[in-house]
Amino acid sequence: MAILIKNGRVIDPASATDRIDDVLIVGGKIAGVGTSLPTAGTEIFDASGLIVAPGFIDMHVHLREPGFEHAETIESGARAAAAGGFTSICAMPNTKPVNDSATVTSYIVEKARRMAVVNVFPIGAITKGSQGEELAALGAMKAAGAVAVSDDGRPVMNSRVMRRAMEFARSYGLPVIDHCEDLNLSAGGDMHEGALSVRWGLRGIPSASEDVMVARDLVLAQLTGARFHVAHISTRNAVAMVEYARLQGLPVTCEATPHHFSLTHEDMLPYDSNYKMKPPLRAACDRGAVVDGIVRGTVSAIATDHAPHAGSDKMQEFEACPFGIIGLETALASALEELVYPGKITLNRLVELFTTGPESVLRLGRGTLSPGAPGDVTIFGADFQWTYDVNQSCSRSRNSPFHGRTFRGGPVATIVNGELAWRRA
Amino acid sequence: MPAGLLGIEELERPEIEAILSRAKDFQPLQSQSLKKLDALRGKLIVNLFYEASTRTRTSFEIAAKRLGADAVSITAASSSVSKGESLVDTLNTLAAMRPDAIVMRHSASGAPHFLSRHLPTPIINAGDGTHEHPTQALLDARTILDRRERLEGLRVAIIGDIAHSRVARSNIHLLAKFGVEIVLCGPASLLPKELTQLAPSVRLTTDIREAIRDTDVIMMLRVQLERQHEANFPASEYFQFYGLRLEHLDAAKPDAIVMHPGPINRGRELSSEVADFQRSVILNQVENGIAVRMAVLERIIG
Repeated sequence: MAILIKNGRVIDPASATDRIDDVLIVGGKIAGVGTSLPTAGTEIFDASGLIVAPGFIDMHVHLREPGFEHAETIESGARAAAAGGFTSICAMPNTKPVNDSATVTSYIVEKARRMAVVNVFPIGAITKGSQGEELAALGAMKAAGAVAVSDDGRPVMNSRVMRRAMEFARSYGLPVIDHCEDLNLSAGGDMHEGALSVRWGLRGIPSASEDVMVARDLVLAQLTGARFHVAHISTRNAVAMVEYARLQGLPVTCEATPHHFSLTHEDMLPYDSNYKMKPPLRAACDRGAVVDGIVRGTVSAIATDHAPHAGSDKMQEFEACPFGIIGLETALASALEELVYPGKITLNRLVELFTTGPESVLRLGRGTLSPGAPGDVTIFGADFQWTYDVNQSCSRSRNSPFHGRTFRGGPVATIVNGELAWRRA
Repeated sequence: MPAGLLGIEELERPEIEAILSRAKDFQPLQSQSLKKLDALRGKLIVNLFYEASTRTRTSFEIAAKRLGADAVSITAASSSVSKGESLVDTLNTLAAMRPDAIVMRHSASGAPHFLSRHLPTPIINAGDGTHEHPTQALLDARTILDRRERLEGLRVAIIGDIAHSRVARSNIHLLAKFGVEIVLCGPASLLPKELTQLAPSVRLTTDIREAIRDTDVIMMLRVQLERQHEANFPASEYFQFYGLRLEHLDAAKPDAIVMHPGPINRGRELSSEVADFQRSVILNQVENGIAVRMAVLERIIG
């Protein structure tokens, strides 16, 4: 089975390629990029007027399986990923049971192999049950397929435990990803602490709860030499601190979500749980700092923090609703809208943020169109208009603040290991 | 008032004036021997209280009955809430019984706002979490206006746990719309600086003497122990620094009045002498509650 993608604008930051060209995939691998590639026996995909890029990687996704299959499954989450132009996704460990052992890691890998239309890479928990106390079996999880470790929504509060985790992770070559939140400072908060939380009588999550934890983790990263990655960075101070650490030469990276670079707390519909997530939508200066971080290279990756929740869980009093929104299907379009069209970044940089950026953190051997690389290709357009209808989502959940929004540009086709995983109808 | 009454913030000043003026019409009724009108005869009002309440619930119930409406009161403890039904399902069930309005109190800020997006029935907010308590602000304004010509130009001090007070928020919105000078006072941890952005003419101080100086109205707030999720201040010294005592009143205007939304805690936020002080209008507030709620009910479902 071979696919020849013809006449697209091929953007492959890994090889500094940006030209109209053809891409040939044979046997699930990239066979070459060029104009005189063999066409015999190949399926032709006409990509005229479209952009052809290495398959996008979303390093921060919640697939909810095992344990919360009413909200999402590996199968449905993978389809949503493909519909968003992603060929590889990393699954956070806050399932039930928590992915804190090789057994659960293997279960996810196996289930994904059978059910998922995209590549699924598990992220293992840092501590057992993500309880923050006893280290999980980091090495065994890595052997079973884990590509990073994180306690995501339940960050390790005990600094000594975090230090040991970083030491072990370093020895196994695993990056440590932290959802940076001082749980004491944020306790009970439901939205960004500021004028609107005070106005609406909702308890606040201060920016300081993120800043304090980023500072601690950067100090520990320096102490241990671990590769450390800040998940969904959202505050001005956090971006500044990561930039400083990188200037010092520390192996530190961070990611930004589409909602944090495109929305602020002032965009919230009051008490609408589709605007409730952690970290919360913050102030305009924070959003500006995140965008600046993307422009300046402090932010390495765009990640969605796709967090499905069943409708009944989100149809509650604001303070009773769980945190999180889905984001796989709107990420690329948001990035075009907020970053590329206003002239903040180039299309090349956009592709980096979805490919070589996350690849540099995770080292999956993907994110490039070099010959021999896995046949993962994202084809997207920058011109057509479309409206996001969350009720048509491939996800099992419907919690998105972008429902009804009209975007310019978005994914057109997603090819995973040489197979067409999704194509815009 | 389109559908219901969710808060003071979104009300226009003429609407507030209309309610306050109509409430004045209803005041004499409260002391007549025959107290019942038939303006809302045949109408059904459901009072749904997810939080303990004596005066607000009773006041709404009496207001409905004095207008001739049928009123049913439901408290969370005795309802299907205790059987695990979600808020939306409970409200949909009640709405199916075709009430003309649902009066609702809930511990979650924004609960009535969230529900109003999913329900056809007008909702009257009888207090939502730490957000708003619109009829309290209206009855407070009525009570002030019983003693002052107009609100414009007055100075009002609101003292206590401002951070957690829905009474404070509704009063700030209402008074600011009338150009009242507002001073908020409380322990630093209960006085977020963002309060100044609620409305123009809002000032903050942690010094009770400064708050009271030359003030026309002193509104004391209850210390809401049930909303203290953490040790925000040492409770033992609260009365010493933020409790209102008779000697404080010397700094206020000579005819200043003392208000409190109740229930009062004698010896915590105000001394017993202040509670019984001649210029304390706490019971007038309770009395005005019925007239104001009659005006609100009439306006929404009349």
